[in-house]
Amino acid sequence: MNSSVSFFYFLSFLTILSAVMVVVSRNPIHSVLYLILTFFSLSGHYILLNAQFLAAVNIIVYAGAIMVLFLFVIMFLNMKQDQEETKNNLTKIAAAVVGGTVFVILFGAYRKSVIPAFNPDQFDSQIGMIESLGNLLFRDYLLPFELASILLLVAMVGAVMLGKREIGERHF
Amino acid sequence: MDLIEFSIKTATIFVVFVLTLLIAMYSTWAERKVAGFIQDRMGPNRAGPGGLLQPLADAGKMFFKEDFIPALANKWLFIAGPCLAMLTALLASAVIPFGSTFRFDGHEVNLQGVESNIGILYVFGVVALGVYGIMVGGWASNNKFSLLGAIRAASQNISYEVAMGLSLIAILMMSSSLSLGEIVSQQHGGNWNIFYQPLGFIIFITCSFAECNRVPFDLPECETELVGGYHTEYGSMKLGFYLFAEYINMFVSSAIISVLYFGGYNYPGMDWVYTQLTDALGTQTGHNVATLIGTAVFFGKTLFFIFFYMWVRWTIPRFRYDQLMNLGWKKLIPLAIFNIIITGAAVLFLKPVITAWLN
Repeated sequence: MNSSVSFFYFLSFLTILSAVMVVVSRNPIHSVLYLILTFFSLSGHYILLNAQFLAAVNIIVYAGAIMVLFLFVIMFLNMKQDQEETKNNLTKIAAAVVGGTVFVILFGAYRKSVIPAFNPDQFDSQIGMIESLGNLLFRDYLLPFELASILLLVAMVGAVMLGKREIGERHF
Repeated sequence: MDLIEFSIKTATIFVVFVLTLLIAMYSTWAERKVAGFIQDRMGPNRAGPGGLLQPLADAGKMFFKEDFIPALANKWLFIAGPCLAMLTALLASAVIPFGSTFRFDGHEVNLQGVESNIGILYVFGVVALGVYGIMVGGWASNNKFSLLGAIRAASQNISYEVAMGLSLIAILMMSSSLSLGEIVSQQHGGNWNIFYQPLGFIIFITCSFAECNRVPFDLPECETELVGGYHTEYGSMKLGFYLFAEYINMFVSSAIISVLYFGGYNYPGMDWVYTQLTDALGTQTGHNVATLIGTAVFFGKTLFFIFFYMWVRWTIPRFRYDQLMNLGWKKLIPLAIFNIIITGAAVLFLKPVITAWLN
């Protein structure tokens, strides 16, 4: 087995293990930390695929910014392990049904999907590099790119509007 | 062949690692010496000549203190906090180019841990992760003041990261490369980025002060409001790791500043020195000596910026927290965006005119 394949199996094992631990762990802080570990192993996968830009951006945006905000919120909520609200059986059954359905859908999609064969000799290993990515984004996909940035701008303005103190509101 | 390259790479990374630790260690000594100089007193002068063994004595003291974990703290995360802080601080120095190449036996060795085409993004990602050490440690201490200090430190870091990233974009627009090695080699011949990006440099250095939690932005630690901040509950070497990580961050950010804005290992008259040396000593030895001079220049610039950090620390009073946030969000970010627009306009319109005029 060559080294990149063994790396792939190790990373996949780590990804799945930490993703399962996100769901299983009782302490929400531990869940968040396992989620960060999951993002890290996903970045490892990107590096194995020679997509360094995607790996770095994944770390900066998800692990570096979004998960920090998750941690913020959870730390302020001050959740204790013994205060976990008990769920009744109906909720548990409903959750099991929904989760099972999603699993069946995913499995069906996986069975139906055809993985296109590729020719390793003609495959351009530089396709995930930042230069080719930039060319692709700013030439072929310029309109979707700009639309996505407008969407983000609208979301940002909305967040500022929601967070703004209104006139007459209490000043903390 | 493969084994030789592997061992060369391992040796380079090991040297970078040791150098980072060594410089950070002696920064703690230099900080006290500079403080002493500025406040007109001696500074450490008991351990060794000029107090040079003081860092070792401090490390010994730290190790022999009681390693205390509070009863209600989350034990594993309490230990993980300082480890994460140290880990993320040390990761960043891997991509810094310390010099050009070193030649022996037909091998060309880059004086750089890893040459990556996303170098600057890597540094930025590692800096973004630096928050976790503080937050995890602060939360795991199970202490209100630690938690508040951690939240303060983390919000300060993520606020200033935005302005820092925006000020970097102007540099990237000029160099059209994300690789640190490439950015340095483009500044060859006195073409330092500081002359093109003075505003970007000021924004960047302000943000790096805030990222390192240094005065005037050392708000996370505040005796009157927060006791010791996020490391209130820490003692022994765990506290040592937190403090040491700060000095490593200082070294790394000084190195990044000299790479991005001050030409890294480039210095005026470099080509003349190179030809003189290669004529006198032959291509191989001359090249190596020239590289060593470049590396020395790089370290000179870096050490100057470390000194600058200390100089500012003992000169300027600190901000209030709301002033800090206003400066970050309402002043630095608009300024950085303005800088990007100016740079874009200059690259598009001014550069063709000037190149046509010069030719």
